[in-house]
Order: sequence, then structure tokens, then C-alpha cells
Amino acid sequence: MTLAATELAVATNEHLASISNTLIYSSMAVYTLAFFAYIAEWLLGSRSKVGRTAAALTSAGAPKEAPAVTVKRGAGTAVLERPKVVVRSASGARDVPDGPGAHGGDAQGDMYGRIAISLTVLAFLVELGGVVARAASVERAPWGNMYEFNITFSTVAVGVYLGLLALKKNVRWMGLFLITTVLLDLGLAVTVLYTASDQLVPALHSYWLYIHVSTAIFCGAVFYVGAVATILYLFKDSYESKLQAGGKPGSFASSVLERLPASASLDKFAYRVNAAVFPLWTFTIIAGAIWAGDAWGRYWNWDPKETWSFITWVGYACYLHARATAGWKGRKAAYLAMIAFGCWLFNYYGVNIFVSGKHSYAGV
Amino acid sequence: MSTTDTDNGRDQEELGAAGSQLSTAPREEPVSAGPGLGVLGWARWFWRQLTSMRVALLLLLLLSLAAIPGSLIPQTGADVNKVDAFRQAHKTLGPVYDKLGLFHVYSSVWFSAIYILLFVSLIGCIIPRTWQFVGQLRGRPPGAPKRLTRLPAHTTWRTTADPEQVREAALALLKKRRFRAHVAGDAVAAEKGYLREVGNLAFHIALIVLLVAFASGQLYKSDGTKLMVEGDGFSNALPMYDDFRSGSLFKPDDLVPFSFDLKDFRGTYEISGPNRGTPRTFEAKIAYSKGADGKEQRTTIKVNEPLKIGDSKVYLVSHGYAPVVTVRDGKGTVVYHDAVPLLPLDGNVTSNGVVKVMDGYRDPQGKKDQLGFQAFFVPTFDPKAGTMLSRFPALLNPLLAVNAYHGNLGVNSGQAQSVYQLDTTHMKAFKDAKGQLLKKLLQPGDTMQLPNGAGSITFDKQVKEWAGFEIVQEPGSGWALGGALAAIFGLAASLFIQRRRVWVRAVRGADGVTVVEMAGLGRSESAKVPEELGDLAGILYDQAPGAPDGPEAEPDGASDSDVPATEGVEN
Ligand code: HEM
Repeated sequence: MTLAATELAVATNEHLASISNTLIYSSMAVYTLAFFAYIAEWLLGSRSKVGRTAAALTSAGAPKEAPAVTVKRGAGTAVLERPKVVVRSASGARDVPDGPGAHGGDAQGDMYGRIAISLTVLAFLVELGGVVARAASVERAPWGNMYEFNITFSTVAVGVYLGLLALKKNVRWMGLFLITTVLLDLGLAVTVLYTASDQLVPALHSYWLYIHVSTAIFCGAVFYVGAVATILYLFKDSYESKLQAGGKPGSFASSVLERLPASASLDKFAYRVNAAVFPLWTFTIIAGAIWAGDAWGRYWNWDPKETWSFITWVGYACYLHARATAGWKGRKAAYLAMIAFGCWLFNYYGVNIFVSGKHSYAGV
Repeated sequence: MSTTDTDNGRDQEELGAAGSQLSTAPREEPVSAGPGLGVLGWARWFWRQLTSMRVALLLLLLLSLAAIPGSLIPQTGADVNKVDAFRQAHKTLGPVYDKLGLFHVYSSVWFSAIYILLFVSLIGCIIPRTWQFVGQLRGRPPGAPKRLTRLPAHTTWRTTADPEQVREAALALLKKRRFRAHVAGDAVAAEKGYLREVGNLAFHIALIVLLVAFASGQLYKSDGTKLMVEGDGFSNALPMYDDFRSGSLFKPDDLVPFSFDLKDFRGTYEISGPNRGTPRTFEAKIAYSKGADGKEQRTTIKVNEPLKIGDSKVYLVSHGYAPVVTVRDGKGTVVYHDAVPLLPLDGNVTSNGVVKVMDGYRDPQGKKDQLGFQAFFVPTFDPKAGTMLSRFPALLNPLLAVNAYHGNLGVNSGQAQSVYQLDTTHMKAFKDAKGQLLKKLLQPGDTMQLPNGAGSITFDKQVKEWAGFEIVQEPGSGWALGGALAAIFGLAASLFIQRRRVWVRAVRGADGVTVVEMAGLGRSESAKVPEELGDLAGILYDQAPGAPDGPEAEPDGASDSDVPATEGVEN
């Protein structure tokens, strides 16, 4: 390359990098608007008194109105209608209906919720643009340092949430919790972790790295969604137990928790999410080991990053085992899931910042 | 996808045999179940505890806890220098850590104890589960429970078709859907999703394969380094290594025979921008031959692309410069002419090292003597920078600083000596006119004269590069990879496949009209089971269409809730 061409390339790269920064800041602004819209949804939703959980649980003592089993038969041979399947819920679970969501059935709240989701989509697209511009400016995948890792991670986490929404999964209640952490994550990224765009050292040039890091980010985002559901499960579960025992939860707790899905649904959702990515997480670690084998000569070095990936993996394996072990279902398993996610977080932030290992040379 | 939360108690109570053996998970023993009498009783009790799910869970938890200290405390396996530094800094803590094996956690007694127990537990768990599963495969799905309405998903209708006809159609349908199905009494019993158990067993077996492969890799591995200047050759034998480590069962004969020459090393760096100087590529062009005298082949080794020959892998791990210097004695006879590899001190390859002239040199009096030069080298010198440190990693403006000693190099003293350090205890420095240590900055082509006709040292107009290679042999890594892949597929099958049963009962009612009842049972509550049941019922309904008029269906048990399948359990 001639010197002039190099300088030109550098100039375009720096231009792209500044576009990327602008986009990231813009996405933060839009996420902030979305944040306020979610708040409005929750505030307006609190006007309506839902109380479904309380109603379902406090009337549990009295014999429930026996719902007639309506088995549909084709009315006459002409109508070929499918027979209807009757579903019984497990006897162990509380028979609690899912809450209506943050808007609590309030029409205006619902409208703000929809606005919030539209803003989230917009912010997601802007942020995605920022990540892509960053990648273009450094001519590689955008995860060479913690700043890039953070912006990519929050984009993927929001992407997972929007993806679940698009699949018509019941996850809308998660919006406020998610966007709050996304804003924190981005704030941390642009203030503390910001690094000017740079190239990777040769040890980081490997397609196994691309596979390893992209799946790691994706798994992290999904584990994160699982962790949010788990925390809310723990709150909702103690709320339900309190009601069942005849206690009176505070009005704020009631107002928030009433609107969330039933604890059984949250638990099941968290399990599905965690179980679904566990094989991918296993694959992530293996891809990392293959890369380590190519870069350092040994596929497993007990390097702190590897060790913490392993601990996280064993943590989630514990969680999956716990659910098959009598006496460990429910809350205890949920605590294990939280610990496992804590390990993931520590691996992501703690190891990069506090512990030095072979992974640290990408720069904080 | 399925959930693992089977509620054994409920299944057992209400379904009898229908819900049994829907998995191969070991039955939970009550915690209080103490040991029976005698040694055998104790052994049996211990074994049952060890292979229970609860203990497996505890051991897994312990394993993850035990792995933590090794990531926070320096480890001898990773960096011996850091461990020494830690011992120096913590006089009281150091010996305690030593006692506890905290400087080599992953080979310590207690860490090994945990994973060995875990794997004994694992084997003790897999064997009975495999037998149980084989038994389930050889048996048939259990017959329909008495009250199908008690099952998590069920449906019923009255049809004009004969019961036998319905059963036949159901049998054909279920078989077509790859259920294992048979007629038992007045009902068809069917089961599907055995791959889940296969996957689960495969996963746990793969873990054992993985561990054995990992352990054998540790025992038989070998690992050595070799520094080569462009033009040097290497053949894979113990004496050729600069540094060599091996596992306890390794034998020197295990080394894969091959040889290679380093033809050319090339590094490129970012030339501008904020990250000026960051390496872009490192590559070593080599010529190698397999076996004792194989055909010569050429290839390039890069940082992430080792050369693989049999079980052996050659990695490019470091690089640096080797300026070519010529040393002459007082008469002008060349006593040394070679490229001197120097060790980098920083990212811009500021380097140092020594030139040792061991024999052939005679001082001006004609007496045998040895010479030693300490060399400091920068590939890019910037006179304006005010420092001797290199400003850029490539060779833009090389400069070599040398001083000179003579006397006994101490090479023959029997002690191992670093080739990069000068032991000056038995040497005398050459002094300049002012009585100071003689030293000079040399540009390529420059010469430093030693005082009193003692000779000279010349920095030739040539700087070679050197590359450091690590040659690793770790047998069993293929097995480890195979085990890991099998584990992923087993895991995916185990988590994503739902094992479930379907029953179809067709009997003639009191009024002579056939009543069809269908029910489904999964290992866990899942919307998939009612959905699939609805599907099957829809198809069967087409073949056994509904009969007109009948008595109203009786309301079922009080706790039943009536939820349409599609709005059922959130999936
Ligand atoms: C080496 C450590 C182990 C790891 C990493 C591990 C991991 C896992 C994982 C991730 C699962 C979830 C898959 C699923 O739910 O189908 C699982 C299931 C299972 N594991 Fe392990 N396991 C280990 C040791 C053991 C041991 C020692 C036992 C025997 C007591 C055991 C028995 C089981 C059983 C029975 C299941 C299936 C549970 C069910 O069918 O619901 N595992 N294991």
C-alpha cells in the first residue's frame, strides 16, 4: 500500500469510528425515551386493580367453581370439528393465572407500552448501526475490547428480547428491567470502558475466535434474559407464598408483582431459556478450547477466563441437575441459576478487570 | 423442549404404572434411610448415596467451588515467576498455600478427590440407568390407566365407528408417527422420544471419555521450546530443545520424528493511527520433512496456524531480532561471525542479549582469552525521542549499543548458564580513554575498536530475525474433541426431545355408541403434549367421525381446569 492510500484508509476508518460513536450515543437517547415510556406504562397500569393472584389464592380454601368439561363434539356428522383437548395443570403447582403485563389492562398504559416497544426497536436499529460502523472502522468483528464487547452484548440482549416478542412469547413484562440494564451497560461502556478503535494482535486472528466470541455474547444475552426471569420468579414466588399464608404484601409489591406472569410461568420460562442455551454454551467453551489449542499450544490451560467459563458451565449443570433432584426444585434451583449467572458476569467483568491471564491482552 | 420437573409422587399415585419409567433417573431415596447392618450394609448404603442425584449435585457444586481459588491465586502450571513473587510478598500466607496445594489447584489432592468421586458417581449412575433403559426398550409401553381423564391432556368423543376400527386406525396412525405402539386390552398404548434417554446417557458417557482423554493427555504430553534464527535447522529430538517439559509417562521415543529449517520470518505492524506499532501478522516460512529422511516440503506457520505432523504440533510463539556481528582479534582475524538472537523487552522490540566469544581469540600478547559483549538493540531508534527505547517494532533505523569484557566467561564451570546473560564475576571490563566502561552506539556497518589493539566488534549491515517455536505433543486430544462433540449432541437430544406417551381407548358405551378417549402424558408439563394430542385426535376424528346426539358429558373432578390447548401452558 502506498502511503497516500494508507492515510486515506485511516481517515475513512476514523470517520466511521466517529459515526459509530454518534450512533451509540443516539441509541442511548432513544433507549432513554423508551425507558420513560415503560415507566409511563407501569405508572398508568397501577391505576387498575388487578388482584388476580390474590383472588386465585385466597379463594383456594373454598371449593372452586367446578368448570364443566366442555368437550366439543361435532354437532352432526356434517361438521368435522376437532375434538377439544382438555389440559389439567399439575397438582403441585399453584393454580395462579398470569398477570396482564405492565399496563395492568389499562388502555392508556398499553399504548405507552406499545410506544416503548417501538422506541426499543428504533434504538436497537440505531445501536446495531453503531456496532456495524464500529466493525467496519476496525475491519474486524466488534469485540476486540470491553467497550466493543459491551455495546455488542447489549445489542444482542435487546435483539433476543425483541426476537422473543416477535415469536409471540409472553415477555413484554420484561421491557423495563431489560432497558434499565441496557442503559447501565451502555453508560459504563461509553464512560469507563471506551477504547479508540484498534486492530487485533495476531493471536486474535482466527475464525474460531469469531465463533467462540459471537456464541459467548449470544449465550450471555440469553442467560441474562433467563436471570431477569429468575429474579422476578423469586419475588413473585415469595409474594404468592405470602398471600397463600394469609399475609398482606405491601401495596407497591402487590402492584408490581400482580402484573407479572405467575411464578410457575416465570420459573418455566427461565428454565426453558437457560436449558436452550446450555448446549450452545458448551459449544462456546469447546470452540474456545479449539482456539486455545491453535493459539497457545494447549487446548486447556486453566487460564482464569477458561476456569470461570468452566465454573459457569458447572453452575448451570448444577441448576439443570437440581431441577431433577427432589428437594431442590423451585427456589433452591433458582438460587443456583442466579449463582451461575453471577459467575458469568464475573467472568465478563471481574476477570477482565481484576485477574490477569492470557485473555487480558485484548485491552480493557 | 422439555422440563425435567417430573412430579413422581403425583404420577405414581394417580397413574399407576402408566407414568412409571418415563425416565431413567434414579429414584430418590429418603434422606433418613440409614445403612443396614454390617459392612455390606454400609457399603451398599454408601454406594447408593454416592450414586444418588443429590450427591451428584453436591459434588458438582463442590467442583465449581474448588475451581475458584486456582483462578485467583497464581499457579505454577501457568507462571512460576508469579508464584515466586507471591511467596516473596506473603511470607506467612505462602507456606500455608503451599501446604494446601493452592499453587497447583488443578493437580492438588482435594481437587482430584472431588472429580474422581464425581466420576465414580457418574459411572455408578450410568450403568444401572443403561440397563434400565435397555429394559424399557425391550418391554412395551405400559397399558392405559383406568381413568384417562386424570391425565394432563385428554380428549374424548362419541363416534359411529366400531371400537376395533378405531383402535386399528389409532395403531396405524401412531406407528406412522413413529410411536412405539401396541394394543393392550381396550386401548392402544404408545410411546415416543426414547432419543432423549439415549442423548442423556450419551452425554454422561461422553463426559467420561472427555476426562480420560484429558488425563491421558496430561500424562503423555510433551512440550518444548526452540529459538531459531533464519537459516537454522531443527530436528525433533530431546537434545535439540532449549527447554523441555513432559508428563510423567512420557518416553523420549514418543517424539514424532521430523525436522525443519526456518527460511524466513516476517512481521508486519500497524504503521499509523492510534495503534501504530500493533502487530498485524507474524509468519514463519519453513521447509520441513517428515520422518528421518522424508521429502522436503514448504509451508508457513502463523500465530494461530500451527504445523501439524502426526501427534506433534509446531507453534510460532515469539520472535525477535538477531543482528549479525563480527568480532576480530588484534591482528584482524575474524574470531566470531554470527547472528546473535536478542530477547525483546517491550512491544517495540527493544532487546538485549550477549555476544560470547568462547574460543579462537588471543589477546595482543598472544594469550588465549575469552570475550563477552553486552548488547542492547533497538530496531527503530529516534534521536529526537531522548530515550534509547525503540519507537517502532519493525527495522526502520536499527541501532546496536555494546560494551565489552574479557576474561573467563564461566561457560565451563559446569553450571547451566543463560545464553542471554553475561556472568562478569571473572571478567574485566574494557575501559575507554577516560577510564569509563567502554561502550558505543553502532549503526549497521559501524565498528567499535577495543583499546590497546585488543580487537574490534562490527555490526554488519545485516539483521536477521528469529522465531521462537513451541513443539507440543498431546495425545488424546482427538478423543477429547470427539467426547466434547458427543456431549453437545447428547445434551441437545436430552434437553430438546420430550419423551411422552399417548393412549387411545375405544369402547362401546351403554347406549351402543363407541366412545373414544385419548390422553397424553409427558415427562413434564409442556404445551407440546396437548398440541400433539390435538393433532392426533384431529386425524383420528376424520377416520372415526362424531356420532350425533349423546348424553351430556359428565363434569370431571373438581380441580380440573378447562384450558384450550393453544392457550395452555406458555411455551
Ligand atoms: C460430571 C458431572 C455431571 C455433569 C456435568 C452433568 C450434567 C448434566 C446435565 C447438564 C443434565 C441435563 C440434561 C437433562 O436435563 O436431560 C444432566 C441430567 C442428568 N444427570 Fe447429570 N451430570 C453429571 C453427573 C451426573 C451423575 C454423577 C449422575 C448420577 C447420579 C447424573 C445423573 C443425571 C440424570 C439422571 C439426569 C437426567 C435428569 C432427568 O432425566 O431429568 N449426572 N446431567
